[in-house]
Amino acid sequence: MNSRLTRSWFMLPYTLWMVFFVIAPILLVIYYSFLDINGQFSLANYQKFFTPVYLKMTFSSFWYAFLITFFSLLVAYPTAYLLTKTKHSQLWLLLIIVPSWINLLLKAYAFLGILGTYGVSNQLLEAIGIGRQQVLFTDFSFIFVSVYIFIPFMILPIFNSLNELNPTLIDAANDLGASKWTTFTRVIFPLTIEGVKSGIQIVFIPALSLFMLTRLIAGNRVITLGTAIEQHFLVTQDWGMGATIAVFLILIMFAIMAITGNRKRGV
Amino acid sequence: MKQLVRAFIAISLVSVLLLAAISKLNDTQGYSGDNTLTIYNWGDYIDPDLIKTFEKETGISVVYETFDSNEAMMTKVRQGGTSYDIAVPSEYMIEKMQAEDLLIAIDQSKLPNLKNIDERFMNLPFDPGNEYSIPYFWGTVGIVYNHSLLGGKEFTSWNDLWDPELKNDILLVDGAREVMGMGLNSLGYSLNDTNKEHLREAKEKLDTLTPNIKAIVGDEIKILLANEEAPIGLVWSGDAADIMYENENLDYVVPEEGSNLWFDNMVIPKTAKNVEGAHRFINFILDAEIAAQNTEWVSYSTPNKAALEYLPEEMVTDERFYPPAELTEKLEVYENLGQENLAYYNDLFLEFKMHRK
Repeated sequence: MNSRLTRSWFMLPYTLWMVFFVIAPILLVIYYSFLDINGQFSLANYQKFFTPVYLKMTFSSFWYAFLITFFSLLVAYPTAYLLTKTKHSQLWLLLIIVPSWINLLLKAYAFLGILGTYGVSNQLLEAIGIGRQQVLFTDFSFIFVSVYIFIPFMILPIFNSLNELNPTLIDAANDLGASKWTTFTRVIFPLTIEGVKSGIQIVFIPALSLFMLTRLIAGNRVITLGTAIEQHFLVTQDWGMGATIAVFLILIMFAIMAITGNRKRGV
Repeated sequence: MKQLVRAFIAISLVSVLLLAAISKLNDTQGYSGDNTLTIYNWGDYIDPDLIKTFEKETGISVVYETFDSNEAMMTKVRQGGTSYDIAVPSEYMIEKMQAEDLLIAIDQSKLPNLKNIDERFMNLPFDPGNEYSIPYFWGTVGIVYNHSLLGGKEFTSWNDLWDPELKNDILLVDGAREVMGMGLNSLGYSLNDTNKEHLREAKEKLDTLTPNIKAIVGDEIKILLANEEAPIGLVWSGDAADIMYENENLDYVVPEEGSNLWFDNMVIPKTAKNVEGAHRFINFILDAEIAAQNTEWVSYSTPNKAALEYLPEEMVTDERFYPPAELTEKLEVYENLGQENLAYYNDLFLEFKMHRK
């Protein structure tokens, strides 16, 4: 009895934290989403969300988030795989993580210089004879910089699951005559799918609501749901509409968690 | 468990030490006394040396914070978390803040230097009798363009921007009213138009400009134009003056169809704790020599008539930045259009931004 009491005391900070900083804000967001611009209760914001403007924005957010996640995965999986094969894998891993300690804004400004008309990237293109291209403010630069920023978060979980993989299983596959490709598709990949799933979660969800990069790197040529939320809260002061978009983002987030969730099956 | 407790105690100790260090540092800089003045201003909008001069002269220590949009400023003042003693909103925002009872009336008898301000900038419609606000800087919205990159092309009209030769050449500042205003002006409508058909028409006209637009950016526009990332930009006059100083190939023009004329004024928000100090600061800024020094640093146009004497001749006779009254009469000042119209402007601006090439 006594120990159960102390245990529930230990639960107190966690419960308070959840109530004040997770549940209450979400309830507030939901509450605001039902207020129109004059503070009256209405469903107008939800109606507005289903107009072509916001639907298009939702689809394009999804499309860009998908591309960012796809390219991150494409680069991250082989990198993580090679990392597990190297001698000083912890050191290499540290080197990959270090850039993520630098403030995002600083990195974005650095890319403004690198990708600009007279930047390093264009000097390189001129040197190899392709000539000057517009790189900054294009879809390419947006996806490139986003992938650069998200890649450490994709590599880490995949690296961990590859590291935990029992090497004897691969030996077993070899002994049974499986080709390298078969070993990868039938043994390695299925056993590390959980790492891939958490990597996708960590990248896809923030990528959906990226907002600063859309202005700095994409020059507002890419508009995501995050951009719209920022604008509604800071400029228009239409908190209702901003909250409505946030509600949909939260719903989408739960959906993605459900799809990529860790369903433990017997291995 | 023992380790956990130990870690917990260690973290607490470090926090207490850091806290003590911060309060010690604050004491040595005089931030903790009652005699502080909190100023809330736009970024890059005062000569930092002047703050030191003011502190030395009055013994008041200044806490200086910046904002990047009128709306963000108003949100923070309304929340009242920080006791801002001075803020510098633009004209339409002053009207709005006054309507929401967020301002403290200014006692003009405490401002002997107010006589330095040009009559032209006093008693304007957004604050009759200057009951709540004192002019700080003013300016216009226009086009900055690069001679050498454009091969001597000249701009006189907003419609010149629609030239198909200017593909991918234009940078716009990320402001709904500035960009929508450009669309409205190019069609001959008012900047304060609230007719939804006119606004939609302006948005559609802007959509046809999309092939010429390289990007819609924030304050970075200054660096980008100075570095010749693009030859044309829609900017505020002071930003233009600033980058023209850095890059001699640039020129600034206010298009003939009309444009925006704006005023940034100093106000004392309801959050003020040091109203006396705020008056002293306003009077300090109004001093002719101080205003001249500030103007040279900020490069926006000063409303301070007495300060003009202390400024370089070529700066104050430059009609691009000090347009005479007969020119400014053609320009329009933003009116507070109300929440609903503002939201409509922003919705259209968002749609315009989403329009793809």
